[in-house]
Amino acid sequence: MRTLLSKSITATPSGLVQSQLLKRSFVRLGVLPFLLVIALVTFSFLSSSFLTVSNLTNVVRQSVFLAIVSMGQMMVLLTGGFDLSVGTILALTSVATAMAMATLAQIFPDSIFLIITLGCLAGLAVGTIVGVINGLGVAFLNVAPFIMTLGIASTGFGIALSLTGGTPVYGMPMEFGNVFGFGTFLSIPVPIWIAALVVLLTWGIVNMTRYGRALYAVGGNPRAAMLSGIDTRKTQFLVYVVCAFLASIAGVLLTARLDTGEANIGSSMPLESIAACVIAGVSLRGGVGKVGSVALGAVFISLVQNGMNLARIDSYMQTVVIGLILIAAVVADQLRLRYIADLRGS
Amino acid sequence: MEFGNLTAAPLLEVEGVSKHYPGVLALDNVSFSLLPGEVHVLFGENGAGKSTLISLISGAIHPTSGMIRMRGEPVHFASVNEARSRGVTTVFQEFSLIPTMTVEENICLGSEAVRRGMIDRRAIRSEVQSVLARLGFDLPPHALVATLSRAEQQMVEIARAFRGDLSVLILDEPTASLTDKEAERLFDLVAHAKAHGVGIIYITHRLREIERLADRITVLREGKNISTVPAHGISEDRLVKLMSGREMGAVFPAVTHRPAEPLFRAEGLTTRSGSVRSASIEVRAGEIVGLAGLVGSGKSELIRAAFGIEPLTAGRVTLNGQEITGARPQKLLDAGLIYLPPDRRAEGLAMMRPCRENLSLPALRQSPYRRGAFIDRRAERRETNRLLTEMELYPMRPDSDVEAFSGGNQQKVMLGRSLTRPFLVYAFDEPTVGVDVGTRAAIYRFIAGLCESGAAVILISSDLPEILHLCNRAYVFAKGQVTAEVPADQLDEPTILKHFFERENAA
Repeated sequence: MRTLLSKSITATPSGLVQSQLLKRSFVRLGVLPFLLVIALVTFSFLSSSFLTVSNLTNVVRQSVFLAIVSMGQMMVLLTGGFDLSVGTILALTSVATAMAMATLAQIFPDSIFLIITLGCLAGLAVGTIVGVINGLGVAFLNVAPFIMTLGIASTGFGIALSLTGGTPVYGMPMEFGNVFGFGTFLSIPVPIWIAALVVLLTWGIVNMTRYGRALYAVGGNPRAAMLSGIDTRKTQFLVYVVCAFLASIAGVLLTARLDTGEANIGSSMPLESIAACVIAGVSLRGGVGKVGSVALGAVFISLVQNGMNLARIDSYMQTVVIGLILIAAVVADQLRLRYIADLRGS
Repeated sequence: MEFGNLTAAPLLEVEGVSKHYPGVLALDNVSFSLLPGEVHVLFGENGAGKSTLISLISGAIHPTSGMIRMRGEPVHFASVNEARSRGVTTVFQEFSLIPTMTVEENICLGSEAVRRGMIDRRAIRSEVQSVLARLGFDLPPHALVATLSRAEQQMVEIARAFRGDLSVLILDEPTASLTDKEAERLFDLVAHAKAHGVGIIYITHRLREIERLADRITVLREGKNISTVPAHGISEDRLVKLMSGREMGAVFPAVTHRPAEPLFRAEGLTTRSGSVRSASIEVRAGEIVGLAGLVGSGKSELIRAAFGIEPLTAGRVTLNGQEITGARPQKLLDAGLIYLPPDRRAEGLAMMRPCRENLSLPALRQSPYRRGAFIDRRAERRETNRLLTEMELYPMRPDSDVEAFSGGNQQKVMLGRSLTRPFLVYAFDEPTVGVDVGTRAAIYRFIAGLCESGAAVILISSDLPEILHLCNRAYVFAKGQVTAEVPADQLDEPTILKHFFERENAA
């Protein structure tokens, strides 16, 4: 972060060399570092409490849910699809986890460990099943990802609402929230550990395994991938399952944080997770994207939301700003493509 | 030419294979055999079943009936990967490369070296380096495939085929986008593979390659195996007759040029990307002017810049005395300039739309297609039928999607667009890429007809015979510049080739 700041400061003196340097670093790094710097500078002017260690820790903690979901979303985007049902998966997971724990707590009131383990597994299983359905539809029935995941989003949301009647589900053991919502390990919050682990694992899968290569290949040119001997259907199917599994991890963590199971959480997740990816340079046409940038993209979105909260911008305006940033990032990316052509020509 | 192996057991046998698609019999009881160390050419018109046959052998599709044996054993390749693991590798005409991945990643795609579940980058790197070195290809392993030229992409594709154990190599028009020098390199590789007992199935329309490489030739027509003949001493006439089932006149028509006033002039054009640097050409009414040069020499880019699809930084373009520099295609079409791109899939046709719509597209704002705010569908239908007749496009199916057409007919649909309304200047960019001899002859007659009716025609081509036989004059391009203007009386191969490399030799 410091090197980025100093780079932009050295670039401020006028002169052609500097603007060329700025252009080159823009081409190399993409929009995200610039957006981050702009956000950091703007919000530290607007609020004195923004640039403090405790607030920035808070930002990272708030961003874990989005970061985890974005990892899955990114893998789906790499294959050239997208998953609009991540919000529903969060909601279903939350409801399933809470209902399972509440029921188990009545049957075995004393075995806390068993209740929490089985409850989490139930939530993860329900969320993952949604991914299996998405994957079957997209990979084997050739339903367009847009329609498949949009349809499932509506269906799943309806099921979550009718299971709960629209009211929060209570009755989970205290320990669940205490550990997975508010617990710390080595003085770092547990959710951050889990998110870090997810990011690391995703990085490994995407960059180190043949499956990762297959993701890029299927998104880059599906027919070519098929002719290269890649099982494109299996690749697509699995990616929706993995995405749903990750989303349901976020669902369990969010449930622990809220201490209730809610059908109304996660509705902003599809937009925010796609925004985090796109701002980080993931191509909507598939085949392009980096895990590290997407993690940073998720943190950036939380940072902007946190900054706007501190600056007392109301929540309606906040959604306006998020939408505009998303579009601006895509426009900047087009600009970047043009600069690439220019630099190559000169 | 060697026939020492003809007595050897066949490497691959295809026995009575048929392939049905809904409403189409793409292959009809075809048998075919491939010997070790043999180059076996598949020859036929577009749509004769060559591509279907190699898709079957390579495992991309499965036969409806019939059987394939390898070294005497029946095999059923479930996928391209399975065929490859048995040593059957195909270099497809449509590249099977991922543009967003690097050369290295593409070469190993689908069979990366793995150690403990992780991709073994070091093993991949050394393997790719050794393959590229063995083939003598100078390719940067970390470059994105999207940034490579078509010829370089073809080299990646070939490098991939030569990576593993190879016993059957299938090459589908491998030289279509290679320069002569690169093609030479490929022929050496083919000879090398042949000497090691690899059986090679080779699809080409180019008779020169058949003469040079082939041991046997199998001619396909309408999905049937017409005949398998030894290549030695076979004449071009006989091959063309076998292929088309009829006698054919000369491929190239005699063109009468009557050069009149200049219609198209480009002066000192320089593109922003640097692909063209201060190039000038002039084309007169009633003549065909050739633009020759290697792929990427700027011959195509010059016209694209004039047609408003490549940004210009300097220069002037005039059409019939009117300045049109930097105008957009819509305005240029109205002014009388039409450009027909080389890649019909990428830039030419809407593959999923019917032939009729594809044809009428550039003329919808004009009569007779337009009636007030609406399209006159009856007139459109009538015009389409007239154009299809004129383009000799058979079978005539104006309402079928062009996707279902053979390559040659797709090309005719695209070129037919130039007849929808009158133009002054016609620019054809590689008009006969990947089409068979019969279609090629029809396209040449069509181009000659335009010229004789008094239009100015620009013919951009990498195929020298095309330039030599059809053009009144030619400009030769090298490295973005015009290196020579060759007048009619000097139009021959050595003169043009000399200018291809002029700058390179000087530097």
